[in-house]
Amino acid sequence: MSSSTADPRLAKAGPPRRPIRLSWSDERLRGIVWQVLVVGVVAAILYWLWSNTVHNLEVRRIATGFGFLGREAGLPIGESLISYEPTDTYRRALTVGVLNTLKVAIVGVVLATILGTLVGIARLSKNWLLSKVAGLYVEIIRDLPLLLQLLFWYTILQSLPGPRQALNPVDGVFLSNRGLLLPFIEWMPAHWWALLALVAGFVGTLLFAKAMRARQYADGQPRKVWPAGITLMVGLPLLVWTTLGAPFTPDIPALRGFNFQGGITMTPEYFALLLGLVTYTAGFIAEIVRAGIQAVSLGQWEAAQALGMRRGDILKRIVLPQALRVIIPPMTSQYLNLTKNSSLAVAIGYQDIVSIANTTLNQTGQAIEGIAIIMLVYLTISLSISFFMNWYNSRIALVER
Amino acid sequence: MSDVTLNAATANPEAAPRTAPVVSTGPVAWLRANLFSSWINTAVSLVLAYLLIRWTIGFIDWAFINAIWTVPVQGNIPQTQACRELEGAGACWAVIGEKHRFILFGTYPYEEHWRPLLVCALFIALYVVSAMRRFWSWVLIPIWIGTLTVIGVLMWGGILGLSYVPQERWGGLPITLILSTFGLAFAFPLAVLVALGRRSKLPAIKMLCVLYVELVRGVPLISLLFMASVMFPLFLPEGMNIDKLLRAQVAITLFAGAYLAEVVRAGLQTLPRGQYEAADALGLSYWYKTGFIILPQALRLVIPPLVNTFIGFFKDTSLVLIIGIFDLLTAGKTAIVEPAWQGFGIEVYVFVGAIYLVFCFAMSKYSQDLERDLNQHRSR
Repeated sequence: MSSSTADPRLAKAGPPRRPIRLSWSDERLRGIVWQVLVVGVVAAILYWLWSNTVHNLEVRRIATGFGFLGREAGLPIGESLISYEPTDTYRRALTVGVLNTLKVAIVGVVLATILGTLVGIARLSKNWLLSKVAGLYVEIIRDLPLLLQLLFWYTILQSLPGPRQALNPVDGVFLSNRGLLLPFIEWMPAHWWALLALVAGFVGTLLFAKAMRARQYADGQPRKVWPAGITLMVGLPLLVWTTLGAPFTPDIPALRGFNFQGGITMTPEYFALLLGLVTYTAGFIAEIVRAGIQAVSLGQWEAAQALGMRRGDILKRIVLPQALRVIIPPMTSQYLNLTKNSSLAVAIGYQDIVSIANTTLNQTGQAIEGIAIIMLVYLTISLSISFFMNWYNSRIALVER
Repeated sequence: MSDVTLNAATANPEAAPRTAPVVSTGPVAWLRANLFSSWINTAVSLVLAYLLIRWTIGFIDWAFINAIWTVPVQGNIPQTQACRELEGAGACWAVIGEKHRFILFGTYPYEEHWRPLLVCALFIALYVVSAMRRFWSWVLIPIWIGTLTVIGVLMWGGILGLSYVPQERWGGLPITLILSTFGLAFAFPLAVLVALGRRSKLPAIKMLCVLYVELVRGVPLISLLFMASVMFPLFLPEGMNIDKLLRAQVAITLFAGAYLAEVVRAGLQTLPRGQYEAADALGLSYWYKTGFIILPQALRLVIPPLVNTFIGFFKDTSLVLIIGIFDLLTAGKTAIVEPAWQGFGIEVYVFVGAIYLVFCFAMSKYSQDLERDLNQHRSR
């Protein structure tokens, strides 16, 4: 099949190119006719739709263009990562929407991966009860529409008691119909620096591990990476934090009057959306992880055991690298699905980009622009995720001859 | 295990009497192997068993023991005081008893409810017949066309002595079944064409198909539904109007087409090259080659993922709730808007969820069985 094995004398020649004959039996002519026909029909339909739209817009006196983005929005937004007032522009409101979408998508992807992997491994467990429970979870969660699950969670969260009778499972954690409240610390510049030190430590550990691996390739001696890793990732941030005066003021939510103050709040809308998305996507990820691990043949396990490797080492060095090749492509589409499914937020009142763009197009009548913005945002996110995952996939892919 | 046999072989016959070997068959051995093989397994089993028993008891309490099945009605207004006094300790199934007709059939005229009921039965019969492998031939096409025509006549009426029911009054389960069935019936041929187009050697056709598939797969279904409900009227010439259900149907069909096309394309790619070359060698034209050699084999290869995609679309039709079409989920959500029944959402969602679960579970079991049957030649 590969060209290198073919006779080198035939490599360049190929069939002789004849001039196109004006006959239906000429394959190339048929190809051209078909393409012209199909493209022509599609172009005609598009032109027809386009001219109708232009005419309709004229009749309804709707001005096209993105000029409305600079106008005052006047729509209230419940939660926002950046400061926002109803007097701000539509541009800012839509930015808030994009950030809210990213907030739920990123947290959702991370949590769904963790939960899904755990459930997938649990399904393969030797413990009969555990594997059956995991199987039941996967079967039920995958057979119910996500929208139904979201509405269900949201209804449950709304029927929780009010702030005064809030559930208080652990000290400082409150669950009520105002959402989930978690204790936090008062955020100071020192914490930012410590966070930065953590990132630096992480990068440093990666570089260190790479250098150690290079030296192991040179002399065959394995070297321990974890002591340096812990020093860099725990010690360095602690050092930065203490040199800056070690500020630590716990910020515990407390009931004042009719509502809570302090701590960080997860609104019921965000909490319901996150819960629904994570549990739903985890069901699919669990199946992918299970299929991936099962795709590694039993002989690989047995061969590794015969070499005297420990179970953890076998999983890490033999099975997972092979399983990941099967896992990554479908996992990518699950991440994309989660991001796209976060648009269901509009049904339970979490203000993501779809919800805000929808309000915008209702207020301004700019239907085409509003939907174009929604599509553009999702296309950008989807393409970025698939670009990143393709890059990762090509990195771990099997290098074949 | 190997240690035991080694020791047994070399042991001195005059050593202390040995204990009986560990039982390796029977229920006790099964328990030991599957639930209590190590201390960590024992702990997991015990914790899980405790949680399961607690939750099951809690659920039975809520759903059966403390539940209220009927409430008195005074002058057309149900008295739900008793339900409210439970404060969540028990289910109020009275809401289902009172509202199940509305959830299932929406605002369809009450005395004509046998028609949507018959429609649902016809749909289910259609699915069962299509699932039987002995009907997998051209016979299915007239069966589908015939059944869908009968369904249209039953829903609309206006002939054969049936009273006319406008489309705005349809609702509930029939809408969910109509949206998913018609959507797939139209999306499937479209998907096959697009998948073939994407594998075509003609650059312009290939480009068009790639553009369509990637665009649709890159955006959420909601944005397409919004497009259908808000933007679509702008596309049409003045005076021409398509009703909302049909517009949503078009959006769902276009969406399903792109996803199904990718599944079909996977089948086309998995088919060994030799099949294409053999067909070429026989001198078959493109359409003969595709229709008689490639598609029958390629489609058979991807039946299980196709069924999985069908399940996905069956669930996704519930998104029409967002543009206000009266499907099963919307009907359920609307049923609890009435003041008397406000706050009994859980019961309604459990009921609606059970209906979805029955349909999806049947399909997914079928898909698993089919996968096993079709792969029988591969397993040892």
